[in-house]
Amino acid sequence: MADQYPAIILLAPLFAAIAVSLLGGRWGSVCLPIVLAALGLSLAVSVALLGQVAAGGEVVYKLGGWPRPFGIEFRIDPLNALLLIVVTTVSLLTAIYSIRAATTETPDKLPQFYTLFLLLVTGLLGMTLTGDAFNLYVLVEVASLTSYALIAMHSKRAVLASFNYVIMGTMGASFYLLGVGYLYIKTGSLNMVDIGEILRGSGLYGSKTILVALMLILVGLWIKMAFFPLHGWLPNAYAYAPSSTSCVLAPLVTKVTVYVMVRMMMTVFGPEYIFSFLEWSPIVVWMAVIAIVAGSIMALAQINLKKMLTYLIVAEVGYMVGGVWMANETAFVGAFYHVVSDAFMTLCLFLAAGAIIFQTGKHTIPEMEGLFRKMPWTMVGFTIAGLSMIGVPPTCGFFSKWYLISGAMEAGHWGYVVALLFSSLINAILFFRIFEVAYFPKFDPQEESAEEETTGRAGEPPATMLGPLLITAACLLLIGIFNQEIVTLIRQAVNTFGPIGFIG
Amino acid sequence: MKTLGAIAVIITGALLLYASEDFPSWGDPHSPANQYRVSSHYVQNSFGETSVPNMVTAILADYRGYDTLFETVVIFTAGIAIIAILRGPIDKRVRLRLASERKMRETNLILAQTSRILVPVIQLFALYVIAHGHHSPGGGFQGGVIFGASLILLALSFQLQTALDRVSEKKAVTLAAIGILIYAGIGFVCLLAGGNFLDYSALQVLMPVGAIEARSHGILGVEIGVAFTVAAIMFAIYANLSSHGRMKGGL
Amino acid sequence: MTVTEFIVSRLNYWIYIILMMIGLFAMISKKNLIKKLIGMSIFQTAIILFYVSLGVKEGSNIPILEHSVSHAAEHGEIIRAEDYANPLPHVLMLTAIVVGVATLGVGLAIVQKIHKEFGTIEEPEILAKIESGDG
Repeated sequence: MADQYPAIILLAPLFAAIAVSLLGGRWGSVCLPIVLAALGLSLAVSVALLGQVAAGGEVVYKLGGWPRPFGIEFRIDPLNALLLIVVTTVSLLTAIYSIRAATTETPDKLPQFYTLFLLLVTGLLGMTLTGDAFNLYVLVEVASLTSYALIAMHSKRAVLASFNYVIMGTMGASFYLLGVGYLYIKTGSLNMVDIGEILRGSGLYGSKTILVALMLILVGLWIKMAFFPLHGWLPNAYAYAPSSTSCVLAPLVTKVTVYVMVRMMMTVFGPEYIFSFLEWSPIVVWMAVIAIVAGSIMALAQINLKKMLTYLIVAEVGYMVGGVWMANETAFVGAFYHVVSDAFMTLCLFLAAGAIIFQTGKHTIPEMEGLFRKMPWTMVGFTIAGLSMIGVPPTCGFFSKWYLISGAMEAGHWGYVVALLFSSLINAILFFRIFEVAYFPKFDPQEESAEEETTGRAGEPPATMLGPLLITAACLLLIGIFNQEIVTLIRQAVNTFGPIGFIG
Repeated sequence: MKTLGAIAVIITGALLLYASEDFPSWGDPHSPANQYRVSSHYVQNSFGETSVPNMVTAILADYRGYDTLFETVVIFTAGIAIIAILRGPIDKRVRLRLASERKMRETNLILAQTSRILVPVIQLFALYVIAHGHHSPGGGFQGGVIFGASLILLALSFQLQTALDRVSEKKAVTLAAIGILIYAGIGFVCLLAGGNFLDYSALQVLMPVGAIEARSHGILGVEIGVAFTVAAIMFAIYANLSSHGRMKGGL
Repeated sequence: MTVTEFIVSRLNYWIYIILMMIGLFAMISKKNLIKKLIGMSIFQTAIILFYVSLGVKEGSNIPILEHSVSHAAEHGEIIRAEDYANPLPHVLMLTAIVVGVATLGVGLAIVQKIHKEFGTIEEPEILAKIESGDG
């Protein structure tokens, strides 16, 4: 059975989605146990698969039993094995969180919500697993269609945000599809490894078609991951989505897309083509610098809590793109370590924001007065995530920034170092502003007591919301403490990219 | 927005023109895409390996069967998504207006009688297209769409309610889920029978046929699953979009 | 190569580029949401045209074996790759068409909901309504 692990990871949420849509209409109470069981199974198998990969190297799973260029295959190396665990853990925690959140936000559409939620997870897992360029497009669309619907299910404002997401998302996916077509017209293959070998072997580096294919694929993926200035769809879509939706979308979609970009760069085009032949590394790193600075400044301008967090995502995407394109091993390790840690940081922040909005009904930062007193444990989670975003040891945010900055110094790219420090500074301002507001009670005690009566619900959120939040916060510390183990895994994957590559 | 759009369009167009200079000529049998071993392997060996004369069907449901599974999932997702987006509480005024509309609408005699004759024929043809996908252009998607169209014709020529009486929305979603269950289930049975996921040749332990014939039967099985999903969701999408998710009134 | 040959050998590529530019322009610049969706549809169709035209082989047949051929193949006759059009782009585009239909359907549903919520499908009017605090 051990050789079937990759299929099981993907099939568990898919079958669960079918089961929920078949049974959910009649027996609404079976939805949640099915969701939790499927995601739990997926998580357990992902952990086992990571063990397999760490011990025995790359795992290839041939779907339909067809050999490499003819059929579709899964390719699992330490990078995506790690990402599979991130995806399943985040979705499992969000599923627990959604027990209360979803029943309040979308009470009459629970079976639909859980079906779409599971299909979204299936799509993300498939994007992570696949080793076929066209198959990736199909799974990107599965993940996108479910996100459009999950966002549009909610409030009035979310519907318009979702429409913009449909337009931008389709544009991105179509550019990607066209890029794959350009690769196909020159190589005749769709398998990522096979395309990579043909590109290296048959002297196609000088081809104009391949150059444009790279541009199309990159632009397509950058739209999907909200890389500045193509981020337009993200802030509204994530800020107005229901909280159980944004808790799964915000941490995962951008990270999985970053991984897809890594796959495209390293396996398909090859570091030799991108870094040595084209020498695009400085251009893209400067774009990332702009993204980091712009994202941070826009975050500073927000007073809506969730909206501020979405602009921080835009800045974080800049971190990861810059790290990957820095063209040296340390920065790459930092970038991928940041993929893992940022998924949990974002999750933690969105869970906390969701819990605050759920309990108090307040959306903006100035309204958060006295929260430390009212919901101390929620704020503990929020504080840990905030410190991690700033980069305070021993949280994981510190270590990812450490690797990113040392990588940038190795490459001699001081602009990126400055941008990273600037962004940390902005994060410090942002989060300490919130801590300050939330720590001190309102100046006028009478006014506050009057307000407490009107808001009704106060105090800690229910255990199903607080539990995932605190587990995530603990994960942030654990990822930080066990950073050596994760870095070793990432380095193991980097070595398989071949002798070419990393300059310096 | 206009200038921004124009700039983006011109840049994209220029890039694409620049790249197309490098393309092989149209219809060149020796272009890389047509000559590489992937395409020629399919043409030369797909019949020998799956015993399906229609190469497109063989690739669609077997070599790239995993793609097709998720293509079916995309359709299913779209159906669920549209229901989830449009479903909402109906206010009283709308309900009253709908009730009065329903009384006013009368079915046209010629239209009704013609579609009464046409619908069974269309449905029979749809089944033929599904079943004959191995030998001629056709298969689950094509047949499923034709079947779904017959239901839409029913809704157009009578009333939406007439079609919904035959296939309610809940039934449509159930049928669609069953379709994916058939597809993924066949793949999973392969996994249980000792092959990889969707490796239909593993089905030979359950059927009195050889590995190659088993692939052929597996392909037919998944095509039926696809047809279920596509037919049901096509109708569900029409019913929802034409009635603004109220499932009443319609066009 | 004469001028006609040059044009014919490139015509499909040019047409797809023109269609794509039209679609992209509509997606970015049009104010009406339905027009944006129409642009999206044109955009996706252009890509389908591109893929299908790269599977064409001059002088080839549709990729379905006739009975006589499949019989002969059973007895060891070799099927020549040049005789049949490349089947792979057709398969890929079947998938892309389905994805396109699904996206269009979801897009239309979202526009219907926008119309229900805001009473209009013109982007500037919707934005004005949100600005004025109606959102």
